[in-house]
Amino acid sequence: MNTLEIKNLNVSIEGQSILKDFSLTIPKGEVHALMGPNGTGKSTLAKVMAGHEDYEVKSGGITLDGQNILGEEPDAIAHAGLFLAFQYPLEIPGVSIANFIRAARAARLPEGESINAVEFYKELYQKMDDLKMDRKFTARSLNDGFSGGEKKRCEILQMSMLNPAYCIMDETDSGLDIDALKTVSEGVNLMRGPDRGFLVITHYQRLLDYIVPDVVHVMFDGRIVHSGPAELAQELESKGYDWVKESFATTA
Amino acid sequence: MSNSKIQDEAISVDTEKGNFSYPEDYAYDAGVGLSEDTIRYISDVKKEDEWVRDFRLRALEIFNKKDMPTNWATKDLENIHFDKIRYYLSKGQQPSRTWDEVPDDVKETFERLGIPEQERKFLAGVEAQFDSEAAYSRMKEDLEKEGVIFVGSSEGLEKYPEIFRPYFGKVIPSTDNKFAALNSATFSGGSFIYIPKGVKLKQPLQAYFRINAENFGQFERTLIIADEDSEITYMEGCTAPKFETATLHSAVVELVALKNAKIQYITVQNWSSNVFNLVTKRGMADEGAEVKWIDCNIGSRLTMKYPGVVLKGRGARGEVLSIALANNGQHQDTGAKMIHLADDTTSNIISKSISIGEGRSTYRGQVHMPKHLKNCKNNTECDALLINTNSRTDTYPAITTRGQNNTVQHEASVSKVSAEQIFYMMQRGLSEGEAMSLAVNGFVNELLKAFPMEYSVELKRLIDMEMEGSVG
Ligand SMILES: Nc1ncnc2c1ncn2[C@@H]1O[C@H](COP(=O)(O)OP(=O)(O)O)[C@@H](O)[C@H]1O
Ligand SMILES: [Mg+2]
Repeated sequence: MNTLEIKNLNVSIEGQSILKDFSLTIPKGEVHALMGPNGTGKSTLAKVMAGHEDYEVKSGGITLDGQNILGEEPDAIAHAGLFLAFQYPLEIPGVSIANFIRAARAARLPEGESINAVEFYKELYQKMDDLKMDRKFTARSLNDGFSGGEKKRCEILQMSMLNPAYCIMDETDSGLDIDALKTVSEGVNLMRGPDRGFLVITHYQRLLDYIVPDVVHVMFDGRIVHSGPAELAQELESKGYDWVKESFATTA
Repeated sequence: MSNSKIQDEAISVDTEKGNFSYPEDYAYDAGVGLSEDTIRYISDVKKEDEWVRDFRLRALEIFNKKDMPTNWATKDLENIHFDKIRYYLSKGQQPSRTWDEVPDDVKETFERLGIPEQERKFLAGVEAQFDSEAAYSRMKEDLEKEGVIFVGSSEGLEKYPEIFRPYFGKVIPSTDNKFAALNSATFSGGSFIYIPKGVKLKQPLQAYFRINAENFGQFERTLIIADEDSEITYMEGCTAPKFETATLHSAVVELVALKNAKIQYITVQNWSSNVFNLVTKRGMADEGAEVKWIDCNIGSRLTMKYPGVVLKGRGARGEVLSIALANNGQHQDTGAKMIHLADDTTSNIISKSISIGEGRSTYRGQVHMPKHLKNCKNNTECDALLINTNSRTDTYPAITTRGQNNTVQHEASVSKVSAEQIFYMMQRGLSEGEAMSLAVNGFVNELLKAFPMEYSVELKRLIDMEMEGSVG
């Protein structure tokens, strides 16, 4: 029951089938990496999980700890415990990071309860320090004019402030230099624990040197074609995605 | 029907004050429609001087002669049927409106705004008017010590003609536009204020109690005169969205800032969506004086409002900061006018409009700066935010002539809240309404910083409520 479970998911967009009978189970306490070439459907999977309405779900199911989330509104899915760190975070002009996170927190509180501002800022500053973010950032408009790396740090800051049960990270490593990659990975590693599951989507193996996964899945043409231990990432890195295509295209 | 109730209350208020005695046998007499008799009737009831009556009658003539401004404004104006409106209902029974009769959506608004029971009663019926009179008297006492006059329009014209008459209808003559003429013919209620020389009011004057106590009518008339070196901030509609079930609201607000005086006039209005809100607001600024309009319009079916400043004296300053929010089925046609008539005058216009769903906003600006003037400056910024693809926005800035030594700066922008932005915010746990609300707050955030604190808080709450209501 303590799992994120995706069962035989078939998804298409504009008549084009993207996810094909996709299945994946992530128990709490584990970090799963999902690797695959561009255009294979990784982001589609992440957005469908988060409740994006543009995608047409033909069949299948997604449950969080046994509770169905497929077809639910994005905010309901967020409240159920799923967080998506976006591949391309959106800019929200005029809304400060602090106010945004605070509003997101407040949305999780029962009616009538409010946030203790002092404690909130204490925690926010602590987590910004962990991610080596300048405290001045709290007053900046969310992602507005941020560099790629700043946006990604800001995603992880939100993730750690919102305390999700399942974290989906879509190419968090892209746009990060090596120092930033290390800091962000440390931030993520701090969040690892028995009560939380991770799906780390990445194109490159590099990130997985710092966030060492329990399982690596290789995705190709809308489904997982191969799974293995952390070392699979290195194998994939050295052999390249062509190896995936050659080995698994036929079974696809 | 609802109009008639409103007028009932207006009459019973005045009755209590002893302004006139209500002739029982005239019940139903004024009826619908607008004629000389209607005007004479209103004037009789108010026991007005001959000159006021003549002013009204002349305004009626002008009103009748003027065409609807449908050549430049929306055709929706044609849906106002002047002959079906009750301008003054002469039925002197106890008002029957109770809290139970208030429409559900308005009730909900009050509940959520946390308007106290007592104020709700006041808005809902006659008994509470007593409460508001008391509040008004307290305010009046403090101000009287400073020599401030703060009265209703009838009282102002009757008791202080030497002060108000010279400026009444001068900043906005009846000929200004059809609705200014209509107001000039039928006005009732509103505030007449005089601030003596050198008196700087620390506390803003609030219109909330006064307007509601004295004017349930739709044609309130306000005139504020700030004598030399005086300062006043006037606020209307602060603690509550304005309760208004009438179909036509047409106010005239005239401000007169004499040498080195400062007037700040703040409006946050939240109309129900059946109201035509056609308001003329203009200030006159003498040498070194400043007139600043802060104008926030939420709701209504159609709002047409272009607060203006006539910069008459050297070094005068004018400012209009406005926010308009047009939800489904609403049209906010707003803007600003700056008429530079002296050297060294400066004006600033910042307009932010938000259109949601089928909502529509229009910005109309007019900056008039004759060539012979020197050292005049205008800055105009108008930004539009569109939430979902059906909404539309139009910008009509008009800048007429400028001299060599004058500078005019104009910036406009249109931005959208995309479905992806909403998805992003909802992924963080915000509801759709909360997400839109946050985006709107972000859009007006910079401008809100220029507002008095309690107004930005109030406005944020109104925006939150409006956005929540805009999603199913
Ligand atoms: N909104 C969309 N509209 C049309 N096609 C889309 C959309 N989103 C994704 N696709 C298509 O779906 C496929 C998978 O894309 P995506 O899930 O982004 O892959 P990945 O994240 O693995 O690179 C691609 O062919 C892409 O062009
Ligand atoms: Mg992707």
